[in-house]
Amino acid sequence: MSGTIEFFIDGRPVTGRAGQTILEAAEDNGIYIPRLCHMKGLTPYGGCRVCTCLVNSRAQAACTQPIAPGLIVDSDSEAVREIRRQIIEMLFVEGNHFCMFCEKSGSCELQALAYRFGITAPRHPYLFPRREVDATHAGVFVDHNRCVLCGRCVRASRQSDGKAVFGFVGRGPGRRVAVNASGGLGRTEAATADAAMRACPVGAILVRGEAYATPIGRRPYDHQPIGSDVEEGGTP
Amino acid sequence: MSKPAIATTSLAGCFGCHMSILDIDARILELIDLVDFDKSPIDDIKRFSRTCKVGLVEGGCCNEENVEVLREFRRHCEILVSLGDCAIMGGIPAMRNMVPLEECLDEAYRSGPTVYNPSGEIPGDPEIPLLLNKVYPAHEVVKIDYHLPGCPPPAETIWQALVALLEGRPLDLPYELIKYD
Repeated sequence: MSGTIEFFIDGRPVTGRAGQTILEAAEDNGIYIPRLCHMKGLTPYGGCRVCTCLVNSRAQAACTQPIAPGLIVDSDSEAVREIRRQIIEMLFVEGNHFCMFCEKSGSCELQALAYRFGITAPRHPYLFPRREVDATHAGVFVDHNRCVLCGRCVRASRQSDGKAVFGFVGRGPGRRVAVNASGGLGRTEAATADAAMRACPVGAILVRGEAYATPIGRRPYDHQPIGSDVEEGGTP
Repeated sequence: MSKPAIATTSLAGCFGCHMSILDIDARILELIDLVDFDKSPIDDIKRFSRTCKVGLVEGGCCNEENVEVLREFRRHCEILVSLGDCAIMGGIPAMRNMVPLEECLDEAYRSGPTVYNPSGEIPGDPEIPLLLNKVYPAHEVVKIDYHLPGCPPPAETIWQALVALLEGRPLDLPYELIKYD
């Protein structure tokens, strides 16, 4: 396999290495493609679809689609932005996202994506589902109200921690993250230091005792949109 | 020519967003050069006397009176703005939306750990507005033209939005003024 692959993102010629996904190659070229379920060091999942691009005019998840010579990737047209905006808005109405008192506010990736897209209110009716809170673990609590089913905790527990503390159960609207003990997280082999406890993009899995440590104004997304680091750090 | 009017109200809110209006500090003097306040808790005018250019709505709808007031605002305001997270998504009052109303009332008036209510009666006086089955965001009840998120929205957000709307300019808030907390 030849080493370098040339293709196009938003009309710009870019290069990537064979085996890279569109999202990874874009990042190496200083182009940020919004994402939620993707996390460096974990296998790509393609679950949230926030990274949707039009690849040769077909909607594809950039985090799972490998690059190929001559691909034409549209990642910033109004059509693509509208797809992503709709997905983010749907994530907000499907759960119970009370940003005003959430510990994750200011460093939450879902919230940061909404900020980046300038969303002031979702256009869909709120569902207000009834979800559980699991406070059985001494070092970590799980609030399913905020879960967006990105599966990052599920993958991090298996791939980084070598455990299988979290897993998906149920299908369709009934799908949720469960733990591998009937008595809640406190009855599993989960440890506070596990990578899975830091993998959550929202406030669904939070390590206790760290709430509101960073004052408003100094949190990651207070001044800079999510992805700014990629856009600045790349080599265009 | 007379000044345009604005109206404000707090439905199922905590008046925090109104505090944030006052937080524009000395610019409130500039604001009263720009507008007259019609129905609003700020001047305590209870009824609309004219059509207002802008209406600011704090809070969602948790009871039938909220719905009535919100519809009145829609009828009397050319531009209706949801002010703050409660108007936009229900906010703290909407935390009861995951629990059936019957259970909420039972917890509050009968079985709550600090409740003393031997008769077991739940307040039902006709003077008390009936609770809705759940708390509704303002835009699920009437058409809302703009949303200013925040808990509360920063004074700067309110100021920039109000001036833009009164001057007929498009509302284009910078990144740092759209915040949900």
